[in-house]
Amino acid sequence: MSFEWVVEIISNNWPMFIRGAGVTLLISMVGTILGFIIGLLIGVIRTIPTPDRKAKRIFLKVINAILSIYIEIFRGTPMIVQAMVIYYGSALAFGVDMDRLNAAFLIVSINTGAYMSEIIRGGILSIDKGQYEAAQAIGMNHFQTMKNVVLPQAIRNILPATGNEFVINIKDTSVLNVISVSELFFQTKSIAGNNFRYFESFFVACILYFIMTFTVTRILRYIEKRLDGPENYTMYANQMQVETPEDLLRKKDNH
Amino acid sequence: MEAVIEIQHLNKAFGTHEVLKDINFSVNKGEVVCIIGSSGSGKSTLLRCVNLLEKPSGGKIIYNGENILDNKHDISAYRTKLGMVFQQFNLFNNHNVLKNCTVGQMKVLKRSRQEAEEVAMKYLKVVGMDQYVNAKPKQLSGGQKQRVAIARALSMEPDVMLFDEPTSALDPEMVGEVLKVMKELADSGLTMLIVTHEMGFAKEVSDRVVFMDKGVIAEEGSPEQIFNQPAQERTREFLKRTLN
Ligand SMILES: Nc1ncnc2c1ncn2[C@@H]1O[C@H](COP(=O)(O)OP(=O)(O)O)[C@@H](O)[C@H]1O
Ligand SMILES: [Mg+2]
Repeated sequence: MSFEWVVEIISNNWPMFIRGAGVTLLISMVGTILGFIIGLLIGVIRTIPTPDRKAKRIFLKVINAILSIYIEIFRGTPMIVQAMVIYYGSALAFGVDMDRLNAAFLIVSINTGAYMSEIIRGGILSIDKGQYEAAQAIGMNHFQTMKNVVLPQAIRNILPATGNEFVINIKDTSVLNVISVSELFFQTKSIAGNNFRYFESFFVACILYFIMTFTVTRILRYIEKRLDGPENYTMYANQMQVETPEDLLRKKDNH
Repeated sequence: MEAVIEIQHLNKAFGTHEVLKDINFSVNKGEVVCIIGSSGSGKSTLLRCVNLLEKPSGGKIIYNGENILDNKHDISAYRTKLGMVFQQFNLFNNHNVLKNCTVGQMKVLKRSRQEAEEVAMKYLKVVGMDQYVNAKPKQLSGGQKQRVAIARALSMEPDVMLFDEPTSALDPEMVGEVLKVMKELADSGLTMLIVTHEMGFAKEVSDRVVFMDKGVIAEEGSPEQIFNQPAQERTREFLKRTLN
């Protein structure tokens, strides 16, 4: 390997690398966000309590069955194969020639959605029964309970898992090169195909992938910390008669 | 006397396990009723049936002259009329103290934020937690959490307050502060239905004591009668066991 080659490749091809990295980031971000929304909807539907009325119960059962087939299939097959099937399958079945970037968004979103729906369902199920009961006891219906009490807590708890999906997507979008999406791996392959310096070119790609995942991981960790809120709360008014803020701190630490 | 809630022939079974058998009793306006009895006798289930957290298997719950079990009823509206205080507090972990007391008012009673906050502050003052509006539940001690939970229930301005062993999950030194608040509420004329193991408290605040045993109301009467001259052998047994 020659360091000079790396420098040379970067200086000759940096716009392509940057564009590739940009497309990779864009696809993983859109895929994670849409996948999160899909997962949220499915997770909420799959945790609806069994209704009393028989017709409703059967309807919900059918929906649940369809959703679990979706989840099983997309978790049980590789994304590289899903990409081929969806891209070429849609061309065959509907005669549509999908825009490659849109195809990428679609594939990553529904793939991520399958994982996210289970993550979100787990997040919802992990919320203490007492939270639901307290909400119901003040008259909230199921939807209000989910929106105001359960989901904010569930989403907060699954934020690390969501960040994880994002990082996985940054890496796994590389498989989309099989349908010629111009993400980082695909761009690197073209660069290397021109200069025949495979090692040096992919070494650059490697560094770029790492910078992206590392930065995203740090940013998410920072957000997570911020979401925990300030370690202490501000007193509404200085009416503390007995306890000082130090006492409160100590009490908190003892928990 | 005017009954706020009247329970008639209430039954509850979990599968084949009959937990409540033919329960009949009522809570009158302004009355404080304590339910006592050994653990597993069905006290929590009874309370949870009253606000429909458990679905009764049979019987009637009469509120405002209507049986709320006859399907047509708006369960949500009925529940806003009953304030529930849980053994485990169950404060909303994602909200601070103030929001815990306003979210139900705003989302369910559709009060404006300003009105909801005024009402919340009024009841947070009653329980002595008005300085803690910005605190999150995890930053509070058990006794403080339970006082906020009481304020949250009061903020809905219910007709009856239900308490399910509100001090059982507390460290001993925090039991007093919660009982003191409850005593003040009782003195203010609030209608209360309280499941408790605090016999001294039950004796002091209640107008009527209900003793439950194995899913039935074994005995019911004034605190003097229940604690000093229990008519039933099993009431005597229970009191002997608990008071020692
Ligand atoms: N969700 C449930 N499913 C099955 N059995 C239950 C359930 N809740 C309570 N029980 C049973 O009902 C009986 C009464 O319980 P509970 O009302 O909690 O008693 P108490 O509050 O007086 O201690 C117990 O035998 C308990 O095991
Ligand atoms: Mg109980």
